[in-house]
Amino acid sequence: MISKRALPYLLLLPATVFLIVFFVLPFLQVAWYAVTDDGGFTLQHFETMRQDWKFMPALTNTFLLVIIIVPIQIALSLGMASLVTKMKTGRELVLYIWTIPLGISDLAAGLIWLSILDQTGFMNSVLFHLGVVDQPVNHLLYNDYPALIAAVVLAEVWRSTAIVLVVLVAGMGLIPKEYGEAAEVFGASPWKRFIKVTLPLLRPSLQTALILRTILAFEVFAVAVALTGTNLPVLMSETFHWQFDLQDRHVASAYALVLLAVSIAFTLVYLRVLRVREEERA
Amino acid sequence: MLGKQFTLRGALSALAVTAGLSAAFGAGAARADGMLFWSTQARPVEEAQAVREQVLAGFGAPVDFQPQDNGPFFTRIQAELESGKGTIAVLGGLHADFSTLVPNMIDLDDVAGTLGDAHISQTFTGLSKLGTDHYKYIPWMQASYVMAANKKALQYLPKGADINALTYDQLIEWAKAMKDATGSPKFGLPAGPKGLLHRFFQGYAYPSFTGSVVTNFRSPEAVAMWDKLKELWAVAQPASTNYGFMQEPLLTGEVWVAWEHTSRLQDAFNKMPDDFVAFPAPAGPQGRGFMPVLTGLAVLKTAPDAAESKKLISYLMKPESQVAMLKATGFFPVTDAKLPDDMPASMRISGAAIQAQSGAKDAVASLLPQGLGELGGRFNKVYTDSFQRIVLAGQPVKDVLDDEAKVLKSIMDEAKAPCWAPDKPSEGTCPVN
Repeated sequence: MISKRALPYLLLLPATVFLIVFFVLPFLQVAWYAVTDDGGFTLQHFETMRQDWKFMPALTNTFLLVIIIVPIQIALSLGMASLVTKMKTGRELVLYIWTIPLGISDLAAGLIWLSILDQTGFMNSVLFHLGVVDQPVNHLLYNDYPALIAAVVLAEVWRSTAIVLVVLVAGMGLIPKEYGEAAEVFGASPWKRFIKVTLPLLRPSLQTALILRTILAFEVFAVAVALTGTNLPVLMSETFHWQFDLQDRHVASAYALVLLAVSIAFTLVYLRVLRVREEERA
Repeated sequence: MLGKQFTLRGALSALAVTAGLSAAFGAGAARADGMLFWSTQARPVEEAQAVREQVLAGFGAPVDFQPQDNGPFFTRIQAELESGKGTIAVLGGLHADFSTLVPNMIDLDDVAGTLGDAHISQTFTGLSKLGTDHYKYIPWMQASYVMAANKKALQYLPKGADINALTYDQLIEWAKAMKDATGSPKFGLPAGPKGLLHRFFQGYAYPSFTGSVVTNFRSPEAVAMWDKLKELWAVAQPASTNYGFMQEPLLTGEVWVAWEHTSRLQDAFNKMPDDFVAFPAPAGPQGRGFMPVLTGLAVLKTAPDAAESKKLISYLMKPESQVAMLKATGFFPVTDAKLPDDMPASMRISGAAIQAQSGAKDAVASLLPQGLGELGGRFNKVYTDSFQRIVLAGQPVKDVLDDEAKVLKSIMDEAKAPCWAPDKPSEGTCPVN
């Protein structure tokens, strides 16, 4: 007979073992690779990474993408979630359609947008048939930095806004209707109700959505690679490049640790800024 | 019921395994009869079979052609050398495969002497002596990178330029004329993530301008080279940084003139054989740098019957055998063997360019990097990074070269790799001056 006290721990055991074997151990190994060489401690790999001329571009590109993508997605999702919660019928169907891109892998999403934006892609065909351009234009040139950034932002927003949306829709559903109705009685405009009632009460969900989405945004990879090749290096693509093309797992591990540090830092910032008091927890 | 099914299935699979095993043993026993031809080349199953059926069948005596991965290839050679008694009759491999075996290979000067009509390009006979005065291997087949052009581009060739003897200056002039006339740049390079542009620097640009790949990496000549490449890039298709295989933009007409590996031009040549020409790479101040992927035939000291081995080599060097090899593997003759008219278009078009390139008077052969092992990727990165920093990002040439030379030096030191052609042989690690 298993005692009542042991049961929760036993139930947690499989997940814990799984996490230790497939997350904690690989993580420790990566950390070990990053700071050792032939068994001895060294910071040489971080130095190699820092001196590689692609490190700074990769870092700034990644930050720039996160800074542009995440706010756009939060704004879009707030709007879409508000619409969905107000709907009386067809709510499920709309949600279902909006979340379709979630089911597509990021590489496939990158390739879909490549087939649109490419020189021989759909966009050029349309522009050409409308007579806007007289020959196909290449929109993804290495020296057109804004266009490269815009392409990745577009594809990422299309692909992953639904993650934020799902979290926010669930959060909005938890807000009791009475608060909004009370505000309405006192004559608050819809905008005012959104700012003063919905947003503050949505803070726990916003926090979750932001942490999730920001961490994933820092890991932007396949979309950037599919659309820009090596023209727009990001931290993740450099990690991959060092691991597989350059066969140097030490420097790749150093990159991975930088990503981890950035993700942890942002998570802490969100936890602090969007602090949720105990009584606010739904 | 379930139990019965399982037993039946078990019995059947056991039977299958036994049958497979006996087939394998049977084949092994039958093969052991012929001369053992031990090779790192023609590894894909279809290629190996084609070599057996279309090339070796005509030799008259049974030959056991065994293509191997590098690991097993060298393991067996080492074992035979250590025991002092061997069964391998002939070795087929890359130039680089042979470089470590020099003291254990017999001289093949007499074979080279009997080749007579089959003229092997001098560039290759020089390489095949591996730093000695004797033929250590007989150059066998080659693949390489050449230039390809849409015939529409030919009208813009600079006045007096011979397409088979272009210079880098003429190429720049040509690319500029095409850009001016058509309004869009028509010269392209495979500078995308899947492209082989690093080989362009290692095998073509650097040897042509500096006569070196490693040692003169940051020499004044190298600075002049990068300045020229910037000029070339100014009239090149900027979408080049997205190109992997140049046959694609050549087929769409986005690009008219390109540099590329012959295997990555095949599609364009086969689909539109009348629209394209291939020709040798341009020359710089130090000559016409080119990178042959050169294979050769050699005989170990432990070969059971050296006379028979030499006979097989002579047979493989006959023009008919060389043409048969080309059909079987897509590698081109090292001799001036006449290619028959019924070849696939890609082989006909590329073949002529490859022969003209390796046979050019000013040819400077630059070998695939050697002795770098797993550092090969980082070695290539030095060249592509230099390109991206100097040409794409516009950073100062001298600073970038000084910077990257340090990386290059650390790679060479770590690999302890000696120089390879066209760099002069080094005592120990190849220096970066």
